[in-house]
Amino acid sequence: MNKFGFTTQESRTIDYGQFDERLLGYVQRHEPSFFICMSCGACTATCSAGNLIDFNIRRLSLLIRRGEILHLSNEIDKCMLCGKCTLVCPRGINTRNVIMLIKKGISEIKQLQN
Amino acid sequence: MVNILVNLSSLIVCTLVFNEIEKCNMNTQKTIVTIGAGIAGVESSVALSKLGYRVILVEKDKNIGGKINNYYHLFPNNRPAVDIKNYIDEQCRIHDLTIYKNTEIEKIQKKGERFSVTTSNDDILKADALLVATGFEYFNGQQKEEYGYKIYDNVITSVDLEEKLKSGKPITTVQGKEPKRIAFVHCVGSRDEKSGNHYCSRLCCVTGVKQAMELNNRFPNSLSYCFYIDLRMYSMEYESLYRSAQEKYGIQFIRGKVSEVSENKEGSLQIKAEDTLTGRPLKMEVDLVVLLVGMVPGSGTEKLKSVSALEANKHGFLQSADWQLHKNSSSQPGIFLTGTCNGPMSIDETMEHARSAALEVHSYLQNHSEK
Amino acid sequence: MNNHKQVINWGNYQKEIADNNYYYARSCIRQNFFPGSEKTFLKILRQELGKNVFDDPNHTSCTGIGYHSDIVPFETTQTVVARQFSLVNEAGFDNMAISCVTSFGLYNEVLEIWKEFPETEAKARENLKKATGRDFQIPKNIAHTSDIIYKFRDEIWAKKKYSLTNKETGKPLRIVDHIGCHYAKVFPEKGVGGAEFPKVLSGMVQSWGGETVDYPERRHCCGFGFRQYLVKANRGYSVSNTKKKLESMAPFKPDLIVANCPGCSMFIDKWQYVLSETERKTYGQNDLGIPVLTYEELAGLVLGYNPWDLGLQMHQIDCEPLLDKMGFDYKPEDKYKGINGEYIGEPIKFDSLYTCV
Repeated sequence: MNKFGFTTQESRTIDYGQFDERLLGYVQRHEPSFFICMSCGACTATCSAGNLIDFNIRRLSLLIRRGEILHLSNEIDKCMLCGKCTLVCPRGINTRNVIMLIKKGISEIKQLQN
Repeated sequence: MVNILVNLSSLIVCTLVFNEIEKCNMNTQKTIVTIGAGIAGVESSVALSKLGYRVILVEKDKNIGGKINNYYHLFPNNRPAVDIKNYIDEQCRIHDLTIYKNTEIEKIQKKGERFSVTTSNDDILKADALLVATGFEYFNGQQKEEYGYKIYDNVITSVDLEEKLKSGKPITTVQGKEPKRIAFVHCVGSRDEKSGNHYCSRLCCVTGVKQAMELNNRFPNSLSYCFYIDLRMYSMEYESLYRSAQEKYGIQFIRGKVSEVSENKEGSLQIKAEDTLTGRPLKMEVDLVVLLVGMVPGSGTEKLKSVSALEANKHGFLQSADWQLHKNSSSQPGIFLTGTCNGPMSIDETMEHARSAALEVHSYLQNHSEK
Repeated sequence: MNNHKQVINWGNYQKEIADNNYYYARSCIRQNFFPGSEKTFLKILRQELGKNVFDDPNHTSCTGIGYHSDIVPFETTQTVVARQFSLVNEAGFDNMAISCVTSFGLYNEVLEIWKEFPETEAKARENLKKATGRDFQIPKNIAHTSDIIYKFRDEIWAKKKYSLTNKETGKPLRIVDHIGCHYAKVFPEKGVGGAEFPKVLSGMVQSWGGETVDYPERRHCCGFGFRQYLVKANRGYSVSNTKKKLESMAPFKPDLIVANCPGCSMFIDKWQYVLSETERKTYGQNDLGIPVLTYEELAGLVLGYNPWDLGLQMHQIDCEPLLDKMGFDYKPEDKYKGINGEYIGEPIKFDSLYTCV
């Protein structure tokens, strides 16, 4: 029925009301230090993968905390699991474990859905 | 022989004592008028009184203590504010300070080295030095129209919240619901060209975190969100408050200045901000919005600027003579500054500032009596 | 950038609006969308209020639409504005009443530029002189026509035939007011009530018995940016903005929307049809759209004018449900009869048009 030649656009606003908490809950239960991330960006600064490709672990961690978990499995596979982020985190968060948990959490959610 | 020795020693003792009494008498001849009997005014006056001076306090309200009367628990150690109030009440009693309540200053004149202060009761007080302790006011949240303070029912300021916490009465939304989601908006009326206040008011960030933790204690099922530009958690203890807010209380910190608050049909509020760290606009529905309002120069300070030659800095607070070395001296010789009339400061900082002010006054008066 | 510490209390802010002797600067495209509105304005001001309004056949488009679409260079626009001012002087008037909000924004923008950069004003004078031989002086008062209706809202209420109430329930009509962006967002001090809570339309609504509806996306732009919608491929952008507003206001169940900008009124009216076709959604009650009126049409209804003289038959969203709600006495059969009673034609009805009665 599209005789108009244009359609409406989806909003890119993060709508906190549509929060998907499953992944965040899983990660926080198994790695409570995730709570104290202050998004300083030291992890992304030192990231081996992030300095070559578009992979931003600070932003990904934040998006999980906003419930935005679509397309995450492709992104999280870019991590090389080198552990440099854990060495540098000023709050002492076990970031490598956080990433492992994100991967595990995503596959568990997928299994539940199937 | 013994008699002569006793007489000689008692003569020496008498002379020594007499010198001390004379010194005290010289100090008690000096009078200081303290304008404002908040914690700064009282602490400075107590210190000066201990040094032997005569101090008269003039307070515009019917009670002393100023803003300490309105606080519930103080950061960083959750100490009841009433402790500080009791302390200053006790000090006033012990040192028998002269306090004129419900009195304002109408005129200040200087003749030679002495000041003449005319009060609203038509008394004229003579002083050798003046101590300004006129304190601060809170920024009027209504000026930030976009946040809807006093337009939308469930938007309150940190001052309103502190009052509610202190009153012990149940805290609910206007519709009677227990708040499940609370948003704290930082930098309301501070760091803001549109409000006319460019400076950072220093204490609002830690106040917000403290109140978020207090609300979480009251409502364990609630979630608080702090919308900040920068988190100013300076000093030794405030950073650990930030950490424990995240760790133990689950408070979320979202970096982005709230642009507008609107009301939904049921009275809940919609907030728009940018989640700058993900680079996307964000909107959220909350039950309660708390505006963290900053400190602005008090009405007493404004009045004093009009009846004296005291200079203010570009932010409207009273100007110090020297930032590093003479913080407590004003632009006028003989007039000294104590407390938040000089700029935003916390309670512990105010007490230090107040004692330092007393010493500045003492040093000034000693120099002037030797001439 | 202003560095003044003095802060305006917008709640009490009243801008200066002249009270008589207006030079009417018409809109170039408004009369296509809402043909009755400008005529109604003149009728209200001249016949109801006894004011002196000069309708000049010599004035042109302000070229705001061209300027905003990058078709007309800014220097040309300034010269055209200078000519308009010259015409105002020539007619012997000091006050302008401007029909279009884009125009109003443009005049203010040009005046502000001339104030901050006097060389541009000098250049405009020079250009005007060379092109037409004219001189000009800046008029004393420039007001938008919605400001003028706002100013005389009580006088209009005194002559009312209908109030903005639902005759069946006796309750006030729930009215959403939409302010054009160029009215108060660009220069808040040029709008009644400032930028956040403009009072020009809500003041009218409240004086005439209606109830204002505040909803979360009240301040949001309707999407009528010339750049956005002139090119068809961009129109999705525009309609998405109007959709956002409609989604936000729907739970409040408004009875009508009033807007003071010709573009906004057109957009919010016509996009409801597009949304009903493309997304199968309507936002009014009973699967109908929400009628959109201009403030002149609203004033005309309050004064009891014939809705077909006001031009309501040209609206995309039919206004009959609203008229019935108000208990308005009108002749439905006259809808498509022109001035001489001749049939003027009517729009084709599609098979799944939600928005028509």
